[in-house]
Formats: sequence, C-alpha cells, structure tokens
Amino acid sequence: MSNAILVVGGGFAGLTAAIEAAELGHDVYIVEKTPWLGGRVAQLNKYFPKLCPPSCGLEIQFQRIRKNPRIKCLTMAEVTGLSGSKGDYTVTVRLAPRGTAAHNVDFSLLASSLEGETPSEFELGLSGRKALYKSMPFAYPARYVLDPSTLSKSDAARVAGNKFLSLDEKEREIELKVGAIVVATGWKPYDVTRLENLGAGSVKNCVSNMQLERLASPFGPTGGRIVRPSDRRAPTNVAFVQCAGSRDQNHLNYCSYICCMASLKQSLYIAEQYPETHVTIYYIDLRAPGRYVNVLDKVKALPNVSLVKGKVANAVQAEGDRVRLTVEDAVRGEKLTLDYDLVVLATGMQPSLAGDKLPLPLPLDEEGFIAGGEEAGIFAAGCAYMPLDVTRTAQSGTAAALKAVQTVKGR
Amino acid sequence: MAGKIGVYFDLENIGGGLDVEGLAAQVRDKWADLTPVVKVVPLLAGAIAEISEDITAQGLDGVLLCGASPRVDGELYRFPVQVEYVNLRELCVQAYKNPDNSPVDKNNAPALLSLMARDYVNMGVVKLQKSAVPDSAAITTVPRVLVIGGGWTGLTAALEAAATGYEVVLVEKSAQLGGAASNIPMGSPLKSPWTDKEATCVSGKIAAVTENDKITVYCNAVMQKLEGQPGEFTASIATEKGTVTVQVGAAVLATGWKPLEDKYLASMGLGEDPRVVHAAEFGKMLAADQVTARRIAFVLDTTMAEEAVRKAAEDAAEAATGEEAAAPAAEEGETKSFVKEDLESIKHLRYSNVVNSVGMLRLANTVCEKTDDATQAFILYKDMTVPGILERFYKQMQDRLGVMMTKADVTDIRDAGSHMVVECKNTLLGMDFDLDVDMVVLPTGLVPTTAKEVTVGFDYRQGPDFPDLALFDGFADSNYICFPYETRRTGVYAAGCVRQPLTMDACEEDARGAVLKAIQCIEAAGHGVAVHPRSGDLSYPVFNFVRCTQCKRCTEECPFGALDDDEKGTPKPNPARCRRCGTCFGACPERVISFANYNIDQIGSMIREVQVPKDFKSEGPRILILACENDAYPALDMAGARGKSWSPYCRVIPVRCLGSVNAIWVSDAMSKGFDGVMLLGCKYGDDYQCHFVKGSEICNRRKENIAETLNRLGVQPERVEQMEVAIDEYDKVPDLIDGFVARITAMGPNPFKGM
Repeated sequence: MSNAILVVGGGFAGLTAAIEAAELGHDVYIVEKTPWLGGRVAQLNKYFPKLCPPSCGLEIQFQRIRKNPRIKCLTMAEVTGLSGSKGDYTVTVRLAPRGTAAHNVDFSLLASSLEGETPSEFELGLSGRKALYKSMPFAYPARYVLDPSTLSKSDAARVAGNKFLSLDEKEREIELKVGAIVVATGWKPYDVTRLENLGAGSVKNCVSNMQLERLASPFGPTGGRIVRPSDRRAPTNVAFVQCAGSRDQNHLNYCSYICCMASLKQSLYIAEQYPETHVTIYYIDLRAPGRYVNVLDKVKALPNVSLVKGKVANAVQAEGDRVRLTVEDAVRGEKLTLDYDLVVLATGMQPSLAGDKLPLPLPLDEEGFIAGGEEAGIFAAGCAYMPLDVTRTAQSGTAAALKAVQTVKGR
Repeated sequence: MAGKIGVYFDLENIGGGLDVEGLAAQVRDKWADLTPVVKVVPLLAGAIAEISEDITAQGLDGVLLCGASPRVDGELYRFPVQVEYVNLRELCVQAYKNPDNSPVDKNNAPALLSLMARDYVNMGVVKLQKSAVPDSAAITTVPRVLVIGGGWTGLTAALEAAATGYEVVLVEKSAQLGGAASNIPMGSPLKSPWTDKEATCVSGKIAAVTENDKITVYCNAVMQKLEGQPGEFTASIATEKGTVTVQVGAAVLATGWKPLEDKYLASMGLGEDPRVVHAAEFGKMLAADQVTARRIAFVLDTTMAEEAVRKAAEDAAEAATGEEAAAPAAEEGETKSFVKEDLESIKHLRYSNVVNSVGMLRLANTVCEKTDDATQAFILYKDMTVPGILERFYKQMQDRLGVMMTKADVTDIRDAGSHMVVECKNTLLGMDFDLDVDMVVLPTGLVPTTAKEVTVGFDYRQGPDFPDLALFDGFADSNYICFPYETRRTGVYAAGCVRQPLTMDACEEDARGAVLKAIQCIEAAGHGVAVHPRSGDLSYPVFNFVRCTQCKRCTEECPFGALDDDEKGTPKPNPARCRRCGTCFGACPERVISFANYNIDQIGSMIREVQVPKDFKSEGPRILILACENDAYPALDMAGARGKSWSPYCRVIPVRCLGSVNAIWVSDAMSKGFDGVMLLGCKYGDDYQCHFVKGSEICNRRKENIAETLNRLGVQPERVEQMEVAIDEYDKVPDLIDGFVARITAMGPNPFKGM
C-alpha cells in the first residue's frame, strides 16, 4: 500500500495536480516525457484574456516544486508498465539518457559553438536547435540536454572530454510504488499535413496558431517579431482560418475550445506590433465563453480587424509567397478569393493519447480522450480529458488531485 | 539570527575571472567568528555531503551558497539550517559590462566586477545574519469544512469533503437542498461520451448528503458572520431556531446565481408578455409539463436588449448632466459604513452564453421529445457558444425532427394577437423572415449571488464582503489564469456559478477543486505554514506593539485582510490568513512589524553593506534596485543568463513583493550615498500580475510620500523610480535599468554622498 501519487504529464494540469497534492502532504512523482516541465503552456507567448506571460505562473509553480521535498520530477521519462491495483500500484518508468550532469551547468557557450542543427520540436520547425540545447530560458529543470544523434563529427570532438557531458549514458528503468494516478498527458496540435484543402503544411507563410505563438514569443525564433517565415517581412494583411480541423467529422469531431480565443488574442498581438496591418478572422461560430466576451469586444473595437462568418474552403500558394484563400461568406452567400501575406490556421487540439497507448487500464474514446478509469484509482486531468483553456485546466488538475488524495488517504 | 554561517563558493559556476579565493579571504577577514567555515569548492553540487558534515561538525546554523542563481538547482540544496544564495553568476558575472561598453576581460575580472561580487557576498552574509528560523505559528485546527449553498455545486463539495475525511456543515438559504438543479431533471452531459442529455439525479445527491454522518445540514439558514482565521474560523449561522455557531477550518462558497431581472430584457417582451419567458423558467415549466406552445422560438441573440439598455443608460446620463456627480466609491479597506453595491447588470446575460447555448439546445430537444416531435423549436443564435467536447452534445441535440437552427439577428419581438412574431435578419437561409411562434424563450442571465448580497459576512476589519467583486462584475472569481482558486480571503474558496457561469459537469469539477484548496488551507494552518504562492513559508509578521501608533496603515493595506484591530486601532494579526507578502511592514512608518527571516533591519543592513565610493565622477554612481522576487528578479536573472548586461553600478536586492518596500530603505540608501533607487515590480491596474494582488500598486501610491520626504531633504524625487516589468521582459529590462542610470548620472551625485 502506498499513499504516494503518480502524475503522468508535467504540463499545466499535471503540475497543478502534483503540487496541490504534495502541499496536502502526499509524496508525488511527476513523469514527464520531454526534458522540461510546463508542457504546451511553456510554448505560449501570452494568455488570454489578460495577455500575461505564462512563465509568470510557471515560475511560481517551479518555486513551489523547488521548495517541496515531496515532489520528485522525472523528465525524459515514460511509464512503461503497471502492476498491482488501486491503492497499491507498481509503476515502471523508463528514463531516457539526458547526457548532462545532474546539476545546472551553463553550457550556453559550448552549445552555440556547435555546428550540427536539427529542426526544433519546441519551435515547431520554425528554427533549428543544437545537439546540446535548452529550449526555454525558464526551463525546469534548468539543465541542458545532449542529443548525440544530432552531433556532427566536429561537434562530437567539441563535447568529448567535457566532464559534465556523457555520450554513452544508457536509458534505465525504475520502479515506483503509488496508490493513485493522475493522467495529464495533454494535447498536441492537430497535424496540418492532414488538412489537404488548407495546403497540408506545404504553403509558405501559412502557419499554425501554435507557430504564431512562437513567432510572437520573446524567446522564439524571431525574438518576438511577428513576420512571414519565408522572408521575415512584416505582414500587411493577415487571415485567421478558424476550425482548421476542429468541428469536422473527417478530422476532430469536437470543438477545441481555445482556438477562437487564441485567434482573438493573436489579433491583439498583431494590432500591437502593426496597427496598420489588416486582420480578418474567418469563423463558423465565434466562441468566447463567459467573461471572455470582453476580449471579443476589445477585438471588435480594433479598426483593422474584421470578423467574417464563413468557412475557408481552401488555401493555396499565390505569387510573392502570399497565401490565397477561397472563402464562403455564410451570411452574404458569396464566394471570395483573397490573397494574404500571412495566414494562420487555428488548428485544434488533439489529445496526446490519440493514436498512442499508455500502459494503463484506461478507456479512451474514439478521439483519444480519456473516458473513465476512476474505479481503478486513475484520474484524468486537463486536455487529456477534454479540450480546455488554462484556467479550466488548473481547475481540472486541482479536482483530479482531490480524487487521487481520496484514493490514497488513510492507507 | 544565524550566528555560525558556512560560506561556500562554487568555483565551477562563478567564472568571469573573479578572484574567488580573494573573495573568500575577504569574508574570513571581515566576518571572522560569524563565518567559521569559508570554503571554495570545485563544484557546489559535488559538495553537498561536505556541507552537511560541516553543519554537524561546526554547528552551523546557516549556509551561504555563492555561485549560480537560486533559481537553478534549488532542490539540490536542502539542508536542516537556513540556506541563502549569492547569485554571482547570472546577476553579477553574466550581467556585467564595462561602463564604457568596452569588451570585458573574461579571465581577469575588472575592478568594478570584483567590487560588485564583494558587495553581493557581504550582502548575503548580513542577510543570513539578520535572518532567524521562525517560531511555529501552528494552531490546532478544526477538520470541518463549511459549505455555503446547497445547490449542485454545494452538494458536490459537501460529499467530496466528507469523502476526504472531513466533517461538513452545509448552509442552505431555502427550505430544500438542490438549488437551481432541482428544476433540471435531465441536464447536459456529465461524463464521456458527452453526447446526450443526462439524468442529473439531484435527489440522489441530496439523499447522499442527508444520509452522510459527517455532514450537518442547515436549511432555511444564512450566514451571519465568519470570524477568526483558517483552521479555526467561527461561523455564525442564522437558522429558524436562532443563531448557531460552529467551528470550521475553511469554507467553500457555492451560493450560485440568481436570474437576471426581467427588466433588462423588457424590450424583448420579458415580463411584458406572458408568452415570453427566460430559459430557467421554461425549464421549470417543462419539468412540470406546463408547456402547451407548439411553435417556440429560442432566442440566443440579445443584441436588442443590450442596445435598449445602453440607450436607456445614455438617456439617463443626459438627463443627469448638471446634477452632482455621484460620490466616489469608498477606498478599499474602509469599513466605516459598508453599503453593498448592486453589481447586477446586463453584462451577465452575455457572460452566461455557454450555459444558455447548451441549455437552449437541451430544452429545444426535450420539448420536441416530450411532444413526440409535434413541437417546432427554432433556435436563433448569433454564435452557438458550445465550446469544447460539448460540440458532440450540440450535434446530437440538433439532430431531432422539430429542432431548427439558424444564425439570425433578432431585431424585433412583437405581439400579433394570436401569436408572436420574431423578426430575423442576416440569417443563413439567404433571406430575412418573420417567424410566427406561440412562445419565446430568452436566455437566463446568471447573476452571481455575490453581485447582489453579502454571502459570507466576514467579521473582518476590511469589511464583510470580498474585496474584488466589482473588478469581476460581481463574480467571486480569481484574477489569475494559472490559479483559479486564488482568493483574497484565505480559507474561503468559491466554486460553481458564483465564480463563473459553468455547465453542471464543470460545477462538479470546480467543487472538487475548491474542496481540495479548503482542506489544504486547514492543514497549512495546522502546520503554521503559508498557502500559495509562498506555500510552506513558516514566517509570519510579528508586531512590536510598544511602538505602534495605531495609524492603521497595515490593517488597511493588507491585500488579504489578515489584520483586524481593536477599538484603539492596534492591529490584531491572524497568521493563518496571512500570505507573507510583507505589505504590512512596507506600510509601517514606525517599523514595528517584522518577519523572522525578512525584516526592515535585514534589508537595511544589506543596503549598508554596499561600498559606495565617494567620488561619483571617477568611480561612478551607485544605484539600488529593489526587485520583486516573483517576476522582476527572474526577469533579471534570465537577462543575465541570456547574455544581456546592464550598468555595473547597480546592486539588486530581491524583495518578497514591492508592497513590502518600506520607505526607510530608500532613506537608508540615500544616506548611504546611493544616487538612485529603482523599484522593479509587476504590472498593476485591472489586469494586475502582482501575486499579492496589490503590492506594486500600493508601492506606487507610497512613492508619492517618498517623493515628498526626499523633497524635504533636498534630494530630487526623480532619484526614485518605480517601473513595471513582466517576467518575460528579460530582453527589455537591461535598457530600462541603463536608462535610469543615465538619468541619474546626468543628475549628478546624491547630495548626501560622503556625509
């Protein structure tokens, strides 16, 4: 029997669940697949509705973790096996090699001296990363990763002999005893290559909403300047294509909750950087839940933003690396063909577990959302459960922490 | 007070060509007996066992770790004594630049860098010397949760708290439990697959609550007052049999909502024509089989009503011109004559868009189902706000013979004798049309109870109500996206529609979240530690009442209402309400408030440890930066790590919150000879980012007083500036600093320098 809790996923839902349970006196393990905590939130430039930076909340969460000996963070880690039953689980976790010392080392000079580059997962392909890298300035844990597979020959010579780097670290497996599990595996942006009518990711200057977050981020590939990826020019007209994959039986058979608000927020980014740039948002319904209507009103009041009810039928390349959209204006009944400097696809969120399988007795629905597990002491939190914004995710993580605590309490 | 400090220099992580041995020797020389252990270790992370041994062998009561930022590797250095850091890497070596911007010799530290490092090390030693391990403020707590409101959310909260092993007192205003949910036998989905209407089984929840030994229910009861502090509140509940007082550890506020008054929708016929009802009323009629209409318009577009209300307000404003402007609202913290402001407004209609979109779909589907599709239900919307997974429900509900939907601007609703006419424009059907119906259902505005009445009745010096309600249009919500359960009344957590309009599944989840926070707060009080954001902090404000002049600034300014007072105005602290921001001691002109590990003398001593050169011209100015440790300090830290640098004349001292900045520190700095003081904190205003809500705003207010004082002393008030910086403005903050330093340099030396 164990009163420890396993949290799978170190994004906002998982962090919240872990910290809240630990501050109630429980031992908690966070198992995070990537090298750092923070998940999708860490990639965002600002949150709606306040347009405040996510790293502000993450900083507090990381401080809470640093101070709390009850929380053990396992990064580059995946759950590979589970045995036992509710209240008394044994979990096997595989730890991938990180290649760097178990404490902070400032590798910034060495990293920048390396030649080999590979597209950065964190920057969603908008820029490269070195073989020795740390994706964000506020990274937790504050440690680099060495990825030997992307080292060039000369790079290998540069890192060889560094006492804080290891090229031959092996993956290992550990076992954890826990009584309850919170699954907060989060979401991934819907794969644009599946959106054939919208260019399948091959149209220049047609980016996803998450890529726009990286372009707007102060530590992103452009230092926060929103520009066309092809020529780094400021766009003079921008279109947002809502429901790129969402609310579509052929793709995501649900609404992704955040994309309307994300586009409204991003149109505020653009208006701030380029007040003269014209922005058009093409939508089916503009969903601004609850008090978020105030953000909608703020955007409506902007002189250069138009909101058009209409579905974008397709996107193709036009001259000058512009993007040509064919749009059906739902109210006027017109078909429009228009060219834009930059087009943002408001791609939806797909649960990370879609097409994947955790070795946990966890029923998933046909879209990959978690649809049960409570009777086994396994609780879903955040976007692994349903599409949510950050506030609702934090709510969900806190609620899941309570269920996990109830499961292990008194054992 | 730490009296035996071990000082460790992390050779690997300092760099910059600093003479680390020289720094260590300086510490031995200067601090002698205070620092029995001073070591330069090759790698701090490799010296953890050694430090632990020193602590035992030498009886150390504090360790000072000089090397990398405290923001990295903090979890490695957990010792049973006080731990302090000197950030020599990010904030010193990495942030260093020569005043003339010439290249920095990385192998031989320039003299200015060595001076800076020495200052920071000495500041670190004195910080630890002036810091003590706090006495425990742990109290004996009551393991009982007060749940205010016996509706869907309150019932869920009561059951969840009981299931976690806590007793519950549930207070319900009406005669029965169940609240608004009682009128919804079939609601929106509560679980996967999120497609169909679902029996809410409210009666099941009520039965479970009633049968639960751990739960005591008071119906026909309202809160009279809540006094005391988390862990040991006393709740006075007015019941039919008189006032009941009960000890509780924390509370969940689940008082729900009231429908928006009909008058706001009068232009659409509500309250004017009996055939026009709002959705919640229609739900009741439907549950009671009272709906006879067979053509029903469900109108989600309420632009008409919003326009009418706006116009009426304009007319009223015009009529009122020339009259006296209304008296300004009372300053926060004033209690003289509390008057509850009615915060109900037409805004609540749109804020309820999700609940109404989901609700109308359910009602339209249900009425068709009940009448075997003999009913025609027309849903007229501007935007169907059915976000997220409930899209599946949307699809299922409209897939019913009789349910017809179109986007429409509803421009008129009028009585045509035997029927009503709903005028629809800009529809998706390619034309405008008039819809003839027997009945019109309008949305229900969910007005949080907190907008209309005092729900908890805090017996606090700052008044009986939540302080931020107007900012959230009456909702008892948090201002933080990351922290939805943040509250300015520690120990009281709102959930359900009193916090924001939520569907029933989300209310259940919210109830669980609030219960967790409530019991966490009880446990924290039992251990004498703070709750979020300084979770686990054992310190709390200690008052030296002998010198207190009863000026009431601390009791007024505390963002969390932690301080009550007696008739004379002497503060009465409630440590379990306190969040340890230090705003109280920032406010205190007599400096009678301190924390064991954070106090006026400590920061003042750090300021005095800086060696300020006498010759401004040849050795440059000195600038003190007091930086909020939550956002500004990390921004500086990241700036350094990102290779940004700023004037080497600055010395940074992290503070818990700008609210904790006491004017005496500015005077200390000026009399020490500093030429300028920069206060670096969070954004304030409606979208404030301050983790202690008001700290940066209060600091800005106090700055005016500081300016006056400086003026009197003959020091230009421009020597003190407050700047707002967000945590991600690491690339901008060096320029802010350099701009300030340039202004100070142009101003010339502080007239007190060298005196």
